[in-house]
Amino acid sequence: MKMSGAQMVCEAIIAEGVTTVFGYPGGAIMNVYDAIYKQTGFEHILNRHEQASVHAADGYARATGKVGVAMVTSGPGFTNAVTGLATAYMDSIPMVVISGQVPLSLIGTDGFQEIDAVGISRPCTKHNYLVDKLEDLPRIMKEAFYIARSGRPGPVLVDVPKDITAEIGEFIYPTEVNMPTYKPNHKGNERQIKKAVDAIVAAKKPLLYIGGGVVLGNAGELVRKLANMAQIPTVETLMARGVMGHDNPLLLGMLGMHGNYSSNMAMSETDLVISLGARFDDRVTGKLSEFAKYAKIIHVDIDPANIGKLVDVDYPIVGDTAEVVAKMIELIEDSVDTSRYQAWRDILNRYNELHPLSYEDSDEVLKPQWVIERIGQTLGEQAIITSDVGQHQMWAAQFYPFDRPRQWINSGGLGTMGFGFPAAIGAKRGCPDKTVINITGDGSILMNMQELVTAAEYEIPVINVILNNHFLGMVRQWQTFFYEKRYSSTDLSFQPNFKMLAEACGGIGYDVTTKKEFDDALADAIKQNKVCFMNVAVNRLENVLPMVPAGGALYNMLLEHKEY
Amino acid sequence: MDSVRRVISVIVINESSVLARVAGLFAGRGYNIESLTVAPIPKSDFSRLTVVTNGSQRVIEQITKQLNKLIPTLKVIEHEEMVEKEMVLVKFPSAEHISDIQALCSTYNGNIVHAGENNIIGMVADEPKRVENFLDACSRYNPLEIVRGGVVAIER
Ligand SMILES: Cc1ncc(C[n+]2csc(CCOP(=O)(O)OP(=O)(O)O)c2C)c(N)n1
Repeated sequence: MKMSGAQMVCEAIIAEGVTTVFGYPGGAIMNVYDAIYKQTGFEHILNRHEQASVHAADGYARATGKVGVAMVTSGPGFTNAVTGLATAYMDSIPMVVISGQVPLSLIGTDGFQEIDAVGISRPCTKHNYLVDKLEDLPRIMKEAFYIARSGRPGPVLVDVPKDITAEIGEFIYPTEVNMPTYKPNHKGNERQIKKAVDAIVAAKKPLLYIGGGVVLGNAGELVRKLANMAQIPTVETLMARGVMGHDNPLLLGMLGMHGNYSSNMAMSETDLVISLGARFDDRVTGKLSEFAKYAKIIHVDIDPANIGKLVDVDYPIVGDTAEVVAKMIELIEDSVDTSRYQAWRDILNRYNELHPLSYEDSDEVLKPQWVIERIGQTLGEQAIITSDVGQHQMWAAQFYPFDRPRQWINSGGLGTMGFGFPAAIGAKRGCPDKTVINITGDGSILMNMQELVTAAEYEIPVINVILNNHFLGMVRQWQTFFYEKRYSSTDLSFQPNFKMLAEACGGIGYDVTTKKEFDDALADAIKQNKVCFMNVAVNRLENVLPMVPAGGALYNMLLEHKEY
Repeated sequence: MDSVRRVISVIVINESSVLARVAGLFAGRGYNIESLTVAPIPKSDFSRLTVVTNGSQRVIEQITKQLNKLIPTLKVIEHEEMVEKEMVLVKFPSAEHISDIQALCSTYNGNIVHAGENNIIGMVADEPKRVENFLDACSRYNPLEIVRGGVVAIER
């Protein structure tokens, strides 16, 4: 069929089954917006900032497992999108971003709103394209979606010059991709898997170390099955919260800088780490030379470059976590003796009794941890929780009772403040039956607060719970611990009126200072079904504990901090 | 960890952005490039890049894996059994003894490629280590300019 390049972009998006596109128009992408106007295959949501469009597409992808799509114009539209690309790249999120570009004839002339989008985005995309021939466009769109979701997923940018979107050509959307240079390996080497299983059967203190790859690879159920069948204690990274389910007795908790005592001690004492879709991030390992010092390491990852990058691996297995774990289950079923690990489980349970994850509640002032637990008691499995970056993010990861993969959405790799609210918008569009709550801070929420308008206009009822400590709390905590309380530029005493701000943009606002007020506000927010800001005044100087100081060994945790 | 020198060949799709992808990867991840040569592979859609780099064993392994990860990469060859050659051009003042220079060049698989009123240009193509030796020997003849071509390599 003959059509314009702009129509081809839309047709490809429809053919890929995408139902919602997030974006912001401008000169170089106007042809595509004209085509969007004329089509009915997908909905377009106009965010109020391109960064938010990309985070929204990202949240949609994380919540649904489908490829998220965002659309921006050239120049500033594209540069605003870069943080979103980098955020998705660091967390391996499948996403296609379409950017307009100046016409081919103007490229290289410093034309109006010209910027080298493929050059800028190269280090923060899985791959990118500048389309320089209309005939390539259908193939490039097909490849972009394929690359985004296959292998180790990631964002792909397609930069389309304006004359290409205007040109008319023949559109046949390819049914297959044929890329001789890109063939991700899914299977996993059977001999290696067998050897790894033998090591598990022979271990005394094995530990399952679950990462975000399990969520991305939809391997959650299989991983639970493996853990339950073999009765192996398990730790989750920040990105894997929800995989095991909070009430699974084998789950020790989250490990790493703000991991709980038993998780970090388990990693320090295990004799066999079974790493599934995790990447040994420095926030997880602490001091590398002390990390899992007594252990052999099995590392299962779809990306060979992750294996051996930071630690020496004894059993490297390149493959899709779901496929590898399914094979492991097959092999382990008859050979494992679960009583073998009983002594190990007992030790870890004792560690947990010794130093459980806890906080001191108060009747005078709201504790942020209480607020999170309360949301969990009220909504539990029903909610999708997004988050920004800071103390509130860590408390949410520690205290929310997550029950399933894709329930917890946060920027773990890049740590992008401003991610939570737009990501929540995308998640809600992708999963309209869930209650979507963004647990955020008084610093982070301001970084994409314009999305109040988007959420109000499109009636996307995201509940923003602002744990307001009048500080850039996480930075303040480091200043307390490591900079002798010199609170350089972290005091946020000067604040907007969050309640009025929400109302001014067409949402609802709540001011909350007591437990009763919180319960009432949450109940009302759920009932009203409208975007809201819940401004929750919490204890100003609360610290996230335990804490492994940066660069320290995992077993050296600060467990309490009394003086202030 | 001890640093080792490696010659890595990368077969990539011959497209405009591919060199930037490779160079950007080295720069962004802090890997060294000692030399880099690129040329299309005849009668194919591919180019061959030859990179000489150095780093610890872990870094070298990461380099090959990261290169492999680039979407346009067909193959990464990291081989210890390579035939390596490098070309170098050296410009000498015309006042120097041309026969001496001629003799020196031919010792290193080379020749005089230009002898004019203003200068003499010698060319040598040899193993990188021998090229170094040649350049040391050249210093006696007051070289005006030295242009090295970077290493090309092929598996034995
Ligand atoms: C875009 C961005 N800028 C700066 C930072 C550094 N940073 C990390 S946490 C934090 C404080 C966040 O404060 P707030 O959102 O109020 O959350 P709290 O820690 O108080 O819960 C800052 C500034 C970041 N992660 N992202």
